[in-house]
Amino acid sequence: MRIIALIKQVPDTGGERRLDLTTGLLDRDASDKIIDEINERALEVALAYKDANKGTEVVVMTMGPEDATGTIRKALSMGADSGIHIADASLVGSDSAWSAEVLAAALQREQFDLVVAGNESTDGRGGVVPIMIAERLGLPAIGSLDSVELSDGSVRGERATESGSMTVSSALPAVISVTERAAEPRFPNFKGIMTAKKKPIGVLSLSELGLSEASGGRSVVLSTQERPARTAGKKIVDDGSAAAQLADFLAAERLI
Amino acid sequence: MSNVLVLAEVTPTGELSATVPSLLAAAAKLGTPVAVVATAPGVGSALTEQLGSLGAQKVYLAETDAAGSVLSGVAADALTSAVEALQPSAVLLAGSIDGREAAARLAVRTNGGLVHDAVDVRADGDKVVATHSVFGGAYTVESTVEGGLAIVTVRHGAVEGTADAATPEVVNADVSVDASKYAAIDSFNNVKAETTRPELLGASKVVSGGRGLGSKEAFDLVEKLADSLGAAVGASRAAVDAGYVPQSYQVGQTGVSVSPQLYIALGISGAIQHRAGMQTAKTIVAINKDGDAPIFEIADFGIVGDIFTIVPQLVEAIEARAK
Repeated sequence: MRIIALIKQVPDTGGERRLDLTTGLLDRDASDKIIDEINERALEVALAYKDANKGTEVVVMTMGPEDATGTIRKALSMGADSGIHIADASLVGSDSAWSAEVLAAALQREQFDLVVAGNESTDGRGGVVPIMIAERLGLPAIGSLDSVELSDGSVRGERATESGSMTVSSALPAVISVTERAAEPRFPNFKGIMTAKKKPIGVLSLSELGLSEASGGRSVVLSTQERPARTAGKKIVDDGSAAAQLADFLAAERLI
Repeated sequence: MSNVLVLAEVTPTGELSATVPSLLAAAAKLGTPVAVVATAPGVGSALTEQLGSLGAQKVYLAETDAAGSVLSGVAADALTSAVEALQPSAVLLAGSIDGREAAARLAVRTNGGLVHDAVDVRADGDKVVATHSVFGGAYTVESTVEGGLAIVTVRHGAVEGTADAATPEVVNADVSVDASKYAAIDSFNNVKAETTRPELLGASKVVSGGRGLGSKEAFDLVEKLADSLGAAVGASRAAVDAGYVPQSYQVGQTGVSVSPQLYIALGISGAIQHRAGMQTAKTIVAINKDGDAPIFEIADFGIVGDIFTIVPQLVEAIEARAK
């Protein structure tokens, strides 16, 4: 089986993330850039299958700036076999529809049984790119799987509904996305880190994909405003009366 | 006024999704609200009166046996057909799993543009402008769609108000679904426990617990205070990682973002990870034994002290006032 895991470079959620106030785009220099943790879980689903089934090949694909190579290396050190990096200066600020169009074009050049992605990135949080890719490729899709059972020729799993869950399945090839519950990602070991340096990464430009600009409508940022920072209010040290004082405060604010 | 389509999701048990009222209210701000319903035969027609009371002036009804067995494809096909028939100026969907999937497929099929996670919408001439609250409310961003149909997913609980009730015209649509293009639904498992506690997303009061609780059992304290206030229960990532509560409780950059009237943080230090999910709360209260915890920098009322002493006293005080 050949599995392609989609990964994305995002700002570290452990730090402060910033938007550029003039362009409305992510300020990529403001925070540490890492592989999105949800992508590590998606990759883990692929790697777990590879561990149990010899002959499985796991490829990671990303679209991002030049230094997104770092996220591919991280994935390779976890155990992926090779990487594909779509890097093109004109892709800066691309929206979800255009990103999906580009990724779908790159996937069309590949043989695969399964494409696995995270259910939503921690920065964009749109949760639509994997499904858009499936629609473009004419493939079945299952988004937001809480668990994944992969077998030769089919994929099955559970996903949440408003009132519980459902069991869903699809024949392969298919596109799936997984939630935080799907898998606990492994840490790269020393051997993984060393061999990652020798694994191949193919780089693709837009013209190599035969694309130049988005074919459909675009989402456009009109304005970006920073909300003023909150300031600290009253702070007391409990002397036995703190609970009563807090109850008075909540009552005065009409919250109880 | 132009038609504005709303995907009115229906639960597996045949009820209207909780997301529908605010979607119709949002649609009324932009044009004539039209509810698009994709269900098993008989289920959708039973909901038209309710959709009208929520503001739908038209119901585009696609009833097919495929609704219970084909994953998200029926909604996508019904919307595609409705867009062709009704030429809307915008399509609004919930930011739910099904809503996003239908939005994604519709955007590709119609060459439309998608903006997601709107907390409000307005019309500006013939443009649809969506407002977003980004990075836990640190930024307010306005966006629109150019060069195609505006498809907008809306954050649950964010758009307030209601649309005027109407007696909807029902359009029965003949939508044939090619099941081979989609994944299959094998079975439904309706397990969500009956709870009287409000849902975290959209709750007006939230009480959250952190690592300071120290154990799964001690998390009862958070629930007791929440119940005395009629609040939803949340948690920091540390509490989730420690296994005190399920991941669905997590408030923060990688969990749910909340903007309640009141947010009470118990034993939560207030890392950026957590603050980004709750700092837009109107009033923030923090109780923590560490006086240097960063949560106090944004708290309107902070208490340095022991949650195990203070919270039971607070519950007692709240209950005494309620009498």
